[in-house]
Amino acid sequence: MVKHKSIRKEIWRKIKGDIVLVLCLAGIIITLVSLAALLFDAIQQGLPWLDIQFLTSFASRRPEQAGILVALFGSVWVVGLTAFISFPLGVGAALYLEEYAPQNRFTSFIQLNIANLAGVPSIVYGILGLGLFVEALALGRSILAGALTLSLLILPVIIIVSREAIRSVPAADREGAYALGATHWQVARKIVLPQALPGMLTGTILALSRAIGEAAPMIAIAALVYVPFTPTGPLDRFTVMPIQIYNWVNQPQSEFRGLAAAGILVLLAVLLAMNSIAIYIRNRYQMRGR
Amino acid sequence: MVSVFTTLAILGVLLFEAIGFFAEVSIFDFFTGTQWTPLFKDQHFGVLPLVWGTLLVTAIALIVAVPIGLGSAIFLSEYAPEKLRKTVKPVLEVLAGIPTVVYGYFALTFVTPMLQVVFPEMIVFNALSAGLVMGIMIIPMVASLSEDAMMAVPQSFREGAYALGACKHEVALGIVVPSALSGIISSFILAISRAVGETMIVSIAAGSTPKLTLNPLESIQTMTGYITQISLGEAPFGSLEYKTIFSVGLTLFLMTLAINIIGQWVKKHYWRRY
Repeated sequence: MVKHKSIRKEIWRKIKGDIVLVLCLAGIIITLVSLAALLFDAIQQGLPWLDIQFLTSFASRRPEQAGILVALFGSVWVVGLTAFISFPLGVGAALYLEEYAPQNRFTSFIQLNIANLAGVPSIVYGILGLGLFVEALALGRSILAGALTLSLLILPVIIIVSREAIRSVPAADREGAYALGATHWQVARKIVLPQALPGMLTGTILALSRAIGEAAPMIAIAALVYVPFTPTGPLDRFTVMPIQIYNWVNQPQSEFRGLAAAGILVLLAVLLAMNSIAIYIRNRYQMRGR
Repeated sequence: MVSVFTTLAILGVLLFEAIGFFAEVSIFDFFTGTQWTPLFKDQHFGVLPLVWGTLLVTAIALIVAVPIGLGSAIFLSEYAPEKLRKTVKPVLEVLAGIPTVVYGYFALTFVTPMLQVVFPEMIVFNALSAGLVMGIMIIPMVASLSEDAMMAVPQSFREGAYALGACKHEVALGIVVPSALSGIISSFILAISRAVGETMIVSIAAGSTPKLTLNPLESIQTMTGYITQISLGEAPFGSLEYKTIFSVGLTLFLMTLAINIIGQWVKKHYWRRY
């Protein structure tokens, strides 16, 4: 009788184990299937619209003539300028925090601050940029204002990854240079920076690929306008791919949904390219490290 | 330096514009009013419907993301063979980087029509579709971070439990999950903060009618959705409309800040290093 009971308990235990496994397996399958559905939906809807004409035309009220050229240029301009602004600032801040900053309360306050900034919603950066750059500094709804806003958005990320890259430089290399009589600045510039650079670049490219997909802060800065020209300078008005996609999604005619999907495909292609570059840099660096 | 400047600038700009707003509308009305109609002739500035909309969508997203994300994490960390784990993990990380406007498109053109088959009376813009897709959006983050936390649990814990005769699921749920709890909870908190601040999905799929409702099939508006709606129309600088986005932005900023601080506190106080 006792034995019988314990066998039933064993069977029940096994069933319970199977249930847990099935539930967990269901979780991962739901995740992957829904994300696959997302990509498949975009490809299915967008592919028929994706052609040379789409890539080389301006936005238009007639779907068959509409294209993404202006938004593509806008995105390239904004993200290029963002890289130009945020990379030196981020690397500088990281170098200061790792190599120079004294370990005191102010430094730890700054660190906490950076961590908090990384969690601020991007739309808040958008209205910050709207109040600060567009209105107070009178830059207007320009590419420069957009790039400055995106720089603030991705700086915390760049600082965090750059600091990790600096920390991974072996202490022995530093000490060797000091032993040869190098100054603090020489060590930072000639020893730490070159070794940490690939890590910093990888992190920055990944941060920029986040910036290129950001729609919310860009809507606050650029608003929704019809821009009939490709930008020629940093003070021009602009639009970016995510805004264009958003605009098309919100059009009632179903043709525009196809355009939105085609825009999404272009955006994802750009993202994939940026990610591949980042991974390429990382792999090359890792090979050299060995 | 830059970071401190940014924080101060955010606070400064938000406060400056919000003070201008509160000069015209009382703070009390703002935080207790139940009607948000700044664009109508009969103006009311009660932020509660927007906050409620945000919480409703966030709650739906969490109902989706927490069990599925946690299940995925347990599977990847405890059941999946090493090879599978190594393929799925980077895929999840790449998927976490998909722009949110893409998810918004997916909500409106794919999920909403599917939901309309189930709920024929449902209107096109609704909280449910936005919340579900937002949940899908944050699953990769929850799964990836929780899995990191579970992988950090030392192998000796598992082996100890097996030596005492525990089954696989007893080890997973009884040993690994409790040991990794601080990391798992902080992944949930990060997810909440992401969901509260998420903008594009809700402004595309959730509609633009601020209301206090429990029914997820209705159209609602979130704080972020409102800011987007006003920004799209280029509200003239200095107008009351323009100032409302800063007062709503300030509310949003303070909410996410509070969530993040709780998250850091949890991480700090319950962190166990093995």
